[in-house]
Amino acid sequence: MIYKFNFRKDVQYIVVAAVVIFFAFVPLFGSTYTLTLSSTIMMYIVMSLSWSMFSGPTGYISLASGAFVGLGFYASGFLSSSLPLPMLMLVGGLVSFALAAIIGAVTLRLRGVYFTIFTFCLVELVKAVMTWYEIMIVRKRGLNVRNFGTDTAFYAMLVMVAITLIVVVVIKRSRFGMALTGIGESEDAASHIGIHTTRTKVFGFAISAFLMGTVGAVRATMLHHIDPGSSFNMMFSFLPVLMCVFGGMKTFLGPIIGAAVFAILQYNLITEMPQIYMIIFGAIMILAILFMPTGIVGVYERVINRIKKGKSKKGGTDDANA
Amino acid sequence: MSTVVNIVIYGVIMGGVYGLIAMGLTLQYGVGKILNVSHGEFLMLSAMTSCTLVKAGLHPLLSFLICLPAAFIIGFIINITIYRYLRKVSKDEATFESNAMLMSFGLYFILANIGLKIWGTLSKSYQYYSYPVKILGATIAVNRLIILAIAIIFIVAFFIFLNKTRIGKSIRATSQSTTAAAMMGVKINRTMAICFGTGGLLAAAAGVLIGMALSPTAQVGLSNTVIALIVVVLGGMGSIPGAVLGGLLIGLVGQAVSFIDSSLVMVANYLMVLILLLLRPKGLLGR
Amino acid sequence: MPMLEATGISKAFGGLAAVSKVDISVNEGEILGLIGPNGAGKTTLFNLISGAIQMDSGTAVFEGKRISGMKPYQICRLGIGRSFQAAKNFDGMPVHQNVLMGALFGKKGQSAANASKIVDEVLDFVNLNELRDKMVHDIPLASQKRLEVARALATRPKLLLLDEMMAGLNPSEVGEAMELVTKIRDSGITIIMIEHVMKAIMKICDRIVVLHHGAKIAEGAPQEIAANKTVIEVYLGEC
Repeated sequence: MIYKFNFRKDVQYIVVAAVVIFFAFVPLFGSTYTLTLSSTIMMYIVMSLSWSMFSGPTGYISLASGAFVGLGFYASGFLSSSLPLPMLMLVGGLVSFALAAIIGAVTLRLRGVYFTIFTFCLVELVKAVMTWYEIMIVRKRGLNVRNFGTDTAFYAMLVMVAITLIVVVVIKRSRFGMALTGIGESEDAASHIGIHTTRTKVFGFAISAFLMGTVGAVRATMLHHIDPGSSFNMMFSFLPVLMCVFGGMKTFLGPIIGAAVFAILQYNLITEMPQIYMIIFGAIMILAILFMPTGIVGVYERVINRIKKGKSKKGGTDDANA
Repeated sequence: MSTVVNIVIYGVIMGGVYGLIAMGLTLQYGVGKILNVSHGEFLMLSAMTSCTLVKAGLHPLLSFLICLPAAFIIGFIINITIYRYLRKVSKDEATFESNAMLMSFGLYFILANIGLKIWGTLSKSYQYYSYPVKILGATIAVNRLIILAIAIIFIVAFFIFLNKTRIGKSIRATSQSTTAAAMMGVKINRTMAICFGTGGLLAAAAGVLIGMALSPTAQVGLSNTVIALIVVVLGGMGSIPGAVLGGLLIGLVGQAVSFIDSSLVMVANYLMVLILLLLRPKGLLGR
Repeated sequence: MPMLEATGISKAFGGLAAVSKVDISVNEGEILGLIGPNGAGKTTLFNLISGAIQMDSGTAVFEGKRISGMKPYQICRLGIGRSFQAAKNFDGMPVHQNVLMGALFGKKGQSAANASKIVDEVLDFVNLNELRDKMVHDIPLASQKRLEVARALATRPKLLLLDEMMAGLNPSEVGEAMELVTKIRDSGITIIMIEHVMKAIMKICDRIVVLHHGAKIAEGAPQEIAANKTVIEVYLGEC
């Protein structure tokens, strides 16, 4: 596409790139605690960015993230003794990609609500299959996973953050990204101007699943032991949605900010008062939808616009529609 | 022979309970376009409350009188506060539908964790007609039969409510077309709140029934939501008879499959719905 | 040979025939009007031709190719564009990007440079150039309807299906819309239009097809239709 550089919009990419580069040096001075926390933040960033990459523009709410992350867990569980980490990530990603493509091909033809229901049940389904496999076939609960070291996991997550950021930006500016947006704005119109809507949706969903599968594979190596319950965890499905709603799902920075905020909240609250933490989660979710439909980034933009109102009229940003 | 009878009887019992839960869910979606992921939490809260009250000395049947009105009122209040406000600020039906669903995740977090905070993860149960009888060679605990009877009473009562009462008719009118119903003088906001409350009430009724025999924990909510969703898709979204039919089907298939291997029930359910959606996307009785 | 020839098209919704055994054909360079009371099955017919829904029976052939059974995007790429009765624009995008979407995806392998050239041409053609940077919900209804047409035109169709593009417009806007339709035809695009505005239909259509309860009850030149007894009974009599 022909692209004009726009300082106000493009400065965010530069800032994010700078932060990613800064993160590369954290292992030089950070404690193990800092590294683990950072790895979690980065995992959440990948999850929420890849979720928003598909669900943001199309409006199809996916709740299958837990299944994809879990498949990544199990890719590591099965293969960590024989394969290096990058291969585990690739396998986790590809298995997730394949599952998303199959589920998407069936359910993305239907109305959005069916898609949500199916993805919601998918996590429970994969968990059930895996439990059945462990109980009936191998007769052993869970799997041990090789630990590649905190630094390795950290850098693997960092690489995935970088890759995800690039994928998100490239897609946003590509014809494919425009097709996704068109589908979200008006699926009928999109199909009648020559967009292959089903293929576009399935492919978009599968790419986002791939990214989630890779970070799942890394995450598992940080845990030593995994089982179906901890791998195919509904929380992994809900978290990206919450982070994106809170941060602003149609913006670039929203999912990143949402992920960082919730990862830090989680680390500080979940061990001491897990239920209270979850109740706060729920309350934030409801309040965010009601009072900041464009997320925290949308609120920020509105405030900035109001301050600038004296100088110029309201800009062409779409902060009024979420 | 007795195995088949067993599967059928237990299947019908579970089917009745599932039908009850799914009716509530499909009512909330069909009329208010709210896909309520926190639906199972109403069931869980009611089941746990009922068990707690019975342990403290209340008669099991009397706990209906506490749990059901409470669930209705909570649902009603949730609807007239956050959902009514959301409807007001949403620019169109599609935006409302997806935000309403997202908001129900928030409700799920809150309600599920209130349950966990109060009751922890241990199961609750009490003894109520828990001795067995023989029917056609199959052994069934009496309390299961009571569950089935009460579930049928609720389902029938609900159909009468929808078809014979004034408010029931306005609910059906609203589910056909909100705009048309409003023009015919139906109070839309009130009808929607009643539907949401009634949905919660039906889940609560199923909750009390589950409390009678199935030793619930504070974690049963989500899995019941998943089953209700599957039942509703199977029967056709928004269709009340579809919910009952779907419930029976899932109940029977569930019992049959769990006779082979209980961990495959979810797989069977999912495959069944996936195949149905390929052949008939509207569900069995969908419009 | 007609450009589009549909024979025996039928579609039922839940046992209710929405369109039954309709034959319809349009010749290159023609403006064909499609009229009938509400619920006559006009929009359903458009949906069937453009592939939005699949027909129960019958065939549609466009320029010698069988299009029944194809997906909307394939039919669009073959050269059939359409507008919608209730404007279905991409509300989150500015006007020019709406048109760009049509230009980019309407033909396989369209280059970006070519597409933006098409955008300029089309916006000029439908007189929306001044509004090109506005968001869709900031422009008046008449312009939104034009944008519907512009988006379809940007896909470079040979046949254009226009669904009630004049509904809700005031008389002077209707006049402008009529001019636009003739201008589109003069640029070499064949048109089928659904319309309730009788004055417009009678004036600009070469031929008219009347639907009633899903069946074709009359077909002919505007004067013939205006004089047809059955048509007057079921349709014109209502006004």
